[in-house]
Amino acid sequence: MQQLINGIQLGFVYALIALGYTMVYGIVRLINFAHGDVFMVGAYLGFFALTSWHLPFPVAIILAMVGCALLGVFIERVAYKPLRRAARISALITAIGVSLFLEYFSSLKFVFGPYFRAYPRPFPIRTFTIAGITISNIQIIVLAVAILLMIALTIFVNRTKTGLAMRAVSFDHDTARLMGIDVDNIISITFGIGAALAGAGGVLYGIAYPQIHPFMGIMPGLKAFIAAVLGGIGIIPGALLGAIIMGIVEKLTEVYISSTLRDAAAFGILILVLLIRPSGILGKKRDEKV
Amino acid sequence: MLTVSNISVAYGAISALREITFNVEKGEIVTLIGANGAGKTTTLKCISGLIKPRQGEILFEGKKIDRLPAHQITKMGIVQVPEGRKPFVDLTVWENLLLGAFNRPKNEIATALERVFNSFPRLRERLHQRAGTLSGGELQMMAMARGLIANPKLLMLDEPSMGLSPLLVREIFSIIREINRAGTSILLVEQNAFMALKVAHRAYVLETGRIVLSGTASDLIEHPKVKAAYLGE
Repeated sequence: MQQLINGIQLGFVYALIALGYTMVYGIVRLINFAHGDVFMVGAYLGFFALTSWHLPFPVAIILAMVGCALLGVFIERVAYKPLRRAARISALITAIGVSLFLEYFSSLKFVFGPYFRAYPRPFPIRTFTIAGITISNIQIIVLAVAILLMIALTIFVNRTKTGLAMRAVSFDHDTARLMGIDVDNIISITFGIGAALAGAGGVLYGIAYPQIHPFMGIMPGLKAFIAAVLGGIGIIPGALLGAIIMGIVEKLTEVYISSTLRDAAAFGILILVLLIRPSGILGKKRDEKV
Repeated sequence: MLTVSNISVAYGAISALREITFNVEKGEIVTLIGANGAGKTTTLKCISGLIKPRQGEILFEGKKIDRLPAHQITKMGIVQVPEGRKPFVDLTVWENLLLGAFNRPKNEIATALERVFNSFPRLRERLHQRAGTLSGGELQMMAMARGLIANPKLLMLDEPSMGLSPLLVREIFSIIREINRAGTSILLVEQNAFMALKVAHRAYVLETGRIVLSGTASDLIEHPKVKAAYLGE
């Protein structure tokens, strides 16, 4: 039970990253492999906000989200937009290029630096024991912020005009254009929102697992990607479902089997999904467009 | 109102349209008829901005539109109802209609919706159903309603009769006539040449990317070549 709580906490952080993967895939059919590195940048922005600028924790999260949203939009405009009509493999390779660039550029001494940094704790850790289960205030904050953001996202996608436009664009670009929707604009907004969620995820990851470095985005990025595939890529609730399963499987493997098998379990899930149900748990077989 | 001059389009090395010239005047129904692959849909896509012509010029109300992005052309008042209806199947009928009204101010949507229900009463009952559950005829009505709710000056309909029963085809065409009477100019693309010529004021016949005949619809319906090739007489 205790490990279930820990797994769910990890799952929610993955979910914040996975949402960006799945939204971007839904709208431009691109696996944005630089997404995990945007998460890393978010962690660093939060780090500097808390340590160098001494900002309160909620402001640090908002700052990381805004910074990452701008980065996400910038990456889309500079790296992916010129390839919109190119073969999909070109955009995919570019995404890997952007990912490597972010990792190594961040490692430079005058950027974030190549070393590990200890993440500050914005408040002292307190733990509560309820019915034999220990929960820390950090865990509560991670869950609360993640759930709050997901509710906000759900309302945005389902209840606003821009959200409706996003759903239309993800279905068919040309028909969306005929409705008078500026498709490029909607794509940018999608990248921005996805990146902002990853940025928040970065800060939450930082306070929960308090050590950051420029390559920290790789593993959570890959696992969030697996979570998105597991839930059904392109489907927003699928990302959350997949991420929570991933978090729990990982924690349980770590505790009951072996911590060295943790990552193997994650990638094992990917292989199983691809073999058994490539469209994911909530995925359905899409009719081929004529 | 709409002037298309000498536009040519090629997909790779294959030319789809060769120096097409025609016009639509305010209040008219103009139809483009022709066989599969003659370039009818390509012509509409050029006007709506989904395809950029390789050469030529398109003017709408005196403004050059052939280099504008599609969403701006829609805002100017040219609305295309695409071939195959292209419903957003996962969205409700209401959401589909809202998307059609994407650039209209919020306070106008209720009135626009009422007007659309006058032409398509059946959509009122289907409003909160997923578009994917509608029948072919209902989908065509939804697609036309989705176009109309944008309050277009020029409505472009691509194969509205496709796949519908003769009864429904007649219903759709009578609605087209009504829409036109209410003041919307219409550019109609059809394989069903007989119905199209009966409803239109003027017509152009397309063959492999060229306009080979043009004139009033009532003249063309009697033209021996049209009779032989498109009316099956």
